[in-house]
Amino acid sequence: MTVIGVITFPGACDDYDALRAAAKVADVKQLWHADTDLDGVDAVVVPGGFSYGDYLRPGAIARFSPIMQAVSEFAAAGGPVLGICNGFQVLCEAGLLPGALLPNTGLRFVCRQVELEVVRTDTPFTSTCEVGERLSIPAKHGSGRYVGEVPADQVVLRYAPGHNFNGSQDDIAGVCNEGRNVLGLMPHPEHAVDVLVGGSADGLKLFEGMARVAAV
Amino acid sequence: MRARVLIRPKAGILDPQGVAVQRALPALGFDGVSDVRVGRMVELEIEDPSQLDEMCRKLLANPLVEDYEIELLDAASA
Repeated sequence: MTVIGVITFPGACDDYDALRAAAKVADVKQLWHADTDLDGVDAVVVPGGFSYGDYLRPGAIARFSPIMQAVSEFAAAGGPVLGICNGFQVLCEAGLLPGALLPNTGLRFVCRQVELEVVRTDTPFTSTCEVGERLSIPAKHGSGRYVGEVPADQVVLRYAPGHNFNGSQDDIAGVCNEGRNVLGLMPHPEHAVDVLVGGSADGLKLFEGMARVAAV
Repeated sequence: MRARVLIRPKAGILDPQGVAVQRALPALGFDGVSDVRVGRMVELEIEDPSQLDEMCRKLLANPLVEDYEIELLDAASA
């Protein structure tokens, strides 16, 4: 069976939800920031939280974790990598994704349910969605304003009209790399895998897509 | 050697902290202030200052969205 690895950094807080979400679609393995290899997993989640206290800039220190070298090599070889919230920030700092995430324009940490629009379905993660489909997923961050020079075909998710609360350029909520196997987004699909507690299970689609491609 | 690195948001990048500070100043009677930008400063002791530029590009600043400036503080006495 497909194995999805989830990296735990010191200061991560959403790693267990990511493990729980991944366990709905695959076998899972917890990976540690000090590991130097990925233990043979088929896909990797870089989860949310506040790795290394977000010192200097979110993700700036985490990108130098021993395990990030292995993640870079895995991504370069086409392995699926999903960065959520702080994980998105880490992947941008590591240069695996274009752009940067700056403090929200309102300067406040915001926690709310957002609607996302799927722009591209030609990534592993969104291959389970339709173009234009809306996903209802929670977001919670203080530095989620996306800024960057990103080719149009690498914009995978946008905030639906009225949902861009952080001031992201062109309502961008999620971008992929040129190879389309690395996706980062600020909202938290791992918190929306259970209608009973998440109000929506839309987030599961991204995990299903990742597991399906990783299995090939 | 003591060095100081000044890091600020690039021109054209919205700086909401700067905007907030700029809005607060007139409330205290400080008028005529515009274009406020808030950055940060890193001071450090360094044996080989020629490493500073690479250090800034790789860690201290994010060159995609920030400019940096390096000052050597005690070059004369070194």
